[in-house]
Amino acid sequence: MPLTRDQITQRAAKELRDGFIVNLGIGMPTLVANYVPPGMDIWLQSENGLLGMGPFPSEAEVDADLINAGKQTITARPGASYFSSAESFQMIRGGHVDLTILGAMQVSQEGDLANWMVPGKMVKGMGGAMDLVAGAKKVIVTMEHVAKGDAAKVVKQCSLPLTGKKCVDMLITDLCVMEMDPVKRRFVLTEVAPGTTVDEIKQKTEAEFIIAPNVQTVAV
Amino acid sequence: MANKTFQSASDTFADLKAKGILKDGITVMVGGFGLCGIPENLIIALRDSGVKDLTCISNNAGVDDFGLGLLLKTRQIRKMISSYVGENAEFERQYLAGELEVEFNPQGTLAERIRAGGAGIPAFYTATGAGTKVAEGKETRELFRPYDGVGGCTIPGWKVPGKFAPTPRVGATPREYVLETGLYADLSLVKAHKADSFGNLVYRKTARNFNPMMATAAAFVIAEVDQTVGLGELDAESIHTPGSYVDRIVQAKAEKRIEQRTVRK
Repeated sequence: MPLTRDQITQRAAKELRDGFIVNLGIGMPTLVANYVPPGMDIWLQSENGLLGMGPFPSEAEVDADLINAGKQTITARPGASYFSSAESFQMIRGGHVDLTILGAMQVSQEGDLANWMVPGKMVKGMGGAMDLVAGAKKVIVTMEHVAKGDAAKVVKQCSLPLTGKKCVDMLITDLCVMEMDPVKRRFVLTEVAPGTTVDEIKQKTEAEFIIAPNVQTVAV
Repeated sequence: MANKTFQSASDTFADLKAKGILKDGITVMVGGFGLCGIPENLIIALRDSGVKDLTCISNNAGVDDFGLGLLLKTRQIRKMISSYVGENAEFERQYLAGELEVEFNPQGTLAERIRAGGAGIPAFYTATGAGTKVAEGKETRELFRPYDGVGGCTIPGWKVPGKFAPTPRVGATPREYVLETGLYADLSLVKAHKADSFGNLVYRKTARNFNPMMATAAAFVIAEVDQTVGLGELDAESIHTPGSYVDRIVQAKAEKRIEQRTVRK
């Protein structure tokens, strides 16, 4: 059984560590905030100028001057700070963000990421994605393993315009977990979804990858 | 001291037009992230002034009937420099029809280009966008990361002069960086929460975003504020933008439209 979006998110949440400064991409990565292990202190960074993002506000708390990168109304937790966009990206580019989790259209075997434009379609812009993958200490991609029609998304070389080169450290899909070997510059398959075989991953992955000696089943 | 406080946005623009500061073809920075922290009344006054062929530097492009979307509708903008423009159907139409030129910048690069422009820095290197379309046609070079070149030895092969010259961390490998230019504008329109008569500004929550850098990076700077206070009433320790950067202050009631009202149950 492939992992559901919630299960992919839960698996990604296991990569959080106490005290981490984390930037979550728009969409599925945002849900990671719902699975922070109890007792763990995580500081969510919002690229529009907030460190210490809290939950959505109550009706009475809604404030037009307080939004997240997805333009949703939010709250700030105790200890939060506000700053400019320059300071925010100073934090991101300067390596002061421990972890970023974002989605992808394609990931290459060397860890290149494509997630911002499809030639011929309306380009909306890259927003902060290029800065995040260039600057965060660890980059995790969460996505479906294959595209509609079973087209591979984990490929030898991205055919879509890149967001960043050699920037993905870990890949969590509905079928498996892969971690980048920084020396061999190939992903290592470490976990498969319950009921999924290594052969199935091989079949659905165009990229060359390494199979760990003891592949585990994703615990969900 | 020259009076910086104007009664209304339209008076200010009429005055700037008479002085030749506001005219067709100029480059204008507009603060805000989405609809948060945009100088909404100044944008309306800019539209009503009728100037055209503008280049606008702004992270986003508003929505169809609010923010910069208003100037797109009237075709007063010929070029946008932005990082993301996903919320505007008229923008999409003009862009696909080739009527509007767009230069996409990574958001952090855009913020830093504006900061650099205001700080007198004509260009800088960043790793953001290296090896992507963003780097096409730009100068790139291999440099050590600042933390691999403690003490300022980030340029491979260049020895910091002096007896106690630092050397790059053993085993460090240089990385590719892209040369990006500083951005400066003819006019900046920013939004702050409070101002005093000197133009000292205090922003509010995430409505700060691009406003502080834009307030430093234009020949003429107008701040729209929710509230004006007397000189000395703002805490000097808590001023975000010193008043010397600001040329005009306009107090105006803002609608502060919310793009996505999300609440918890």
